Amino acid sequence: MEDLKKELKLKIIEALNLEDMSVEDISDDEMLFEEGLGLDSIDALELIIILDKDYGIKLTDSKDGKKIFRSIETMATYIAEHRSK
Amino acid sequence: MSASSNKISVYVSRGNCLSPMGIDVTENMNGLIQGEIGISKIVDQKLQEDSFYGAIVDKNRLHTSFQELNYVGEYSDLEKMMLITVDKIKSEFKVLFKDDCGLIISTTKGNIDELSSEVDEENYALYGLANKIKNTIGIATEPIVLSNACVSGVMAISVAKRLIQSGSYKHFVIIGADVFSKFVFSGFQSFQAISNQPCKPYDKSRDGITLGEAAAAIFVTKNKSLIDNQPFYELIGDSSINDANHISGPSRTGEGLFKSISNAIKEAETDKIDMISSHGTATNYNDEMEAQAFNRASLQDVPLFSLKSCFGHTLGAAGLLETVIALNFSTRNMIPPSIGYEEHGVTLPLNVSKSFQQKEINVILKTASGFGGSNTAVLFRKGKSNEK
Amino acid sequence: MEEVIQPFYLEKENRMKNNIIHYCNIKDGSVSVNGKSLYVNTVEKDFLSFIKTVYKQFDLAYPKFYKMDPLCKLSIVAASILLENTGSEIDPNMALVLSNKSSCIDIDRKHQETISQEADSYASPANFVYTLPNIALGEISIKYKLQSENSFFIFEYFNPKFLIDYTNSLIDLGKSNRVLSGWVEVNENNYNAFLFIVEKSDGIELTQKNLIKLK
Repeated sequence: MEDLKKELKLKIIEALNLEDMSVEDISDDEMLFEEGLGLDSIDALELIIILDKDYGIKLTDSKDGKKIFRSIETMATYIAEHRSK
Repeated sequence: MSASSNKISVYVSRGNCLSPMGIDVTENMNGLIQGEIGISKIVDQKLQEDSFYGAIVDKNRLHTSFQELNYVGEYSDLEKMMLITVDKIKSEFKVLFKDDCGLIISTTKGNIDELSSEVDEENYALYGLANKIKNTIGIATEPIVLSNACVSGVMAISVAKRLIQSGSYKHFVIIGADVFSKFVFSGFQSFQAISNQPCKPYDKSRDGITLGEAAAAIFVTKNKSLIDNQPFYELIGDSSINDANHISGPSRTGEGLFKSISNAIKEAETDKIDMISSHGTATNYNDEMEAQAFNRASLQDVPLFSLKSCFGHTLGAAGLLETVIALNFSTRNMIPPSIGYEEHGVTLPLNVSKSFQQKEINVILKTASGFGGSNTAVLFRKGKSNEK
Repeated sequence: MEEVIQPFYLEKENRMKNNIIHYCNIKDGSVSVNGKSLYVNTVEKDFLSFIKTVYKQFDLAYPKFYKMDPLCKLSIVAASILLENTGSEIDPNMALVLSNKSSCIDIDRKHQETISQEADSYASPANFVYTLPNIALGEISIKYKLQSENSFFIFEYFNPKFLIDYTNSLIDLGKSNRVLSGWVEVNENNYNAFLFIVEKSDGIELTQKNLIKLK
């Protein structure tokens, strides 16, 4: 699980061009959107692609996304349960 | 200097267009009046494994029509569409083309799919496209490419008006075009913005855009006598105000569109608008944003229609194509239905047209909004033509 | 921070004409405002490395910079330096008129590469959203809250006549009192930004000759 979280942080930093950040800068329970990391709707779409491409999870309802993308913790838990890759 | 008084009047006429609905404006109008749409189910596995909805021009028909123009040399489908569409204006005004007539090309991506093959930059660069069109139709002035996302087509009319009013030009020919490309389709797919049905602007069950391809052209001049033997329109107000909010998401309050409409109305000194040809892409946020803006401008009772459900979203062509169609309906004193609109799906009232209505039309508002936070509004007033 | 160029050679009647009040250049590894060099870095030949050093040097502190495509990076850096180093107040109605030769070709190429990989072709929304040149106008508008006239034009060569004609039309027709106009070109490691602010006040005469000289 810890490996998966670290892997996710690296992927997010790369896909979202968060060049100034390192894995240590993102805590597991920090909010990814709004007041936390401050990601926006385009970033959410990138996260959806990461789920699909790297873990074989297809998200169709954007409402699910809100819960899943709350934090690294919630993302990792969801991926661990649903991944097909 | 007194900006508002003694303003030079500017007129538009000779609008033409090419879409899946037809090779010229007459065919397009006939199709629309018979209730046809240009969107159909497409099977193209290069673009997507499953079938999808799109508005794609019949290429056999395009190539045959292009041959009749007798141009020598290689032209892309996009260039053929542009040249066919502008041909009538060219034959009528070629003397002005050789002199001081300006040329504005409105496009978002031009020949972008050429990027995937090993070709010279001129083949996909927008300046290369503009030079080729300029040379082929014999325009003497430097071509102007306007690439301002989905408002380009309407904004081009506004730019032409301003450059004529400030004395830099006497006439303009404007050509707007974009093709259905993998480049754009894949991008909107990644945005999860492509509808699973032919798009349904302002409807409760709308779920995104349908992409299309088209070309449109129009002639703009300060010399009314050049065009008043056919229906023509005066450009009476225009404005383009940025939302300054988000690069891809429309403003929740419709700020930029509201300001654009208000400025255009102020310049035109009339708020008596007979119909609105709106942007209406059928994404959740865009249509809601427009409803906010039209209500803030107190235009919620004016008959309104989106043409995206007929032609799809044709990007850089859209604003010009929809202007040409709206003006042609206005000439017939007709308001077309906004196809696909069944159950009201925005939170504020709008008078979305459900069927063909016969009504005297004098003033038309055309609006568009797009990525980058851009918005444009232009007001047209019907001129009294001396048509025989 | 920077002194305004004194228009000592201006005739009195020019005072009510549209003049250039400030300008900024980023080219050949150097940044200058109103003709005065503020930063030189000829070591970084790679555009993205160079523009990042400029971003850091001028303390622009706008993390969204990292997400932008090359055209937006060049445009936002040039506009920020121009607006923040000339002591000019931000006018929310200041219009933006930008132009270039290559549109947003670098991000176009990147998006095209992504979708050309047959097996693994996931387009990136973060790239696609930048594949329109006018996004640069949107980014400047967002950063400085400019709810104003915005247009992006493409020409094969720098076109001073057009920029003057259109800028003048915006001011003279009452669409805006002030215009930020110019050229922002980037194509791989070739780049050139020349932005200038025009309004009806003392400044450098807005002529083709002057624009060519200042670029």
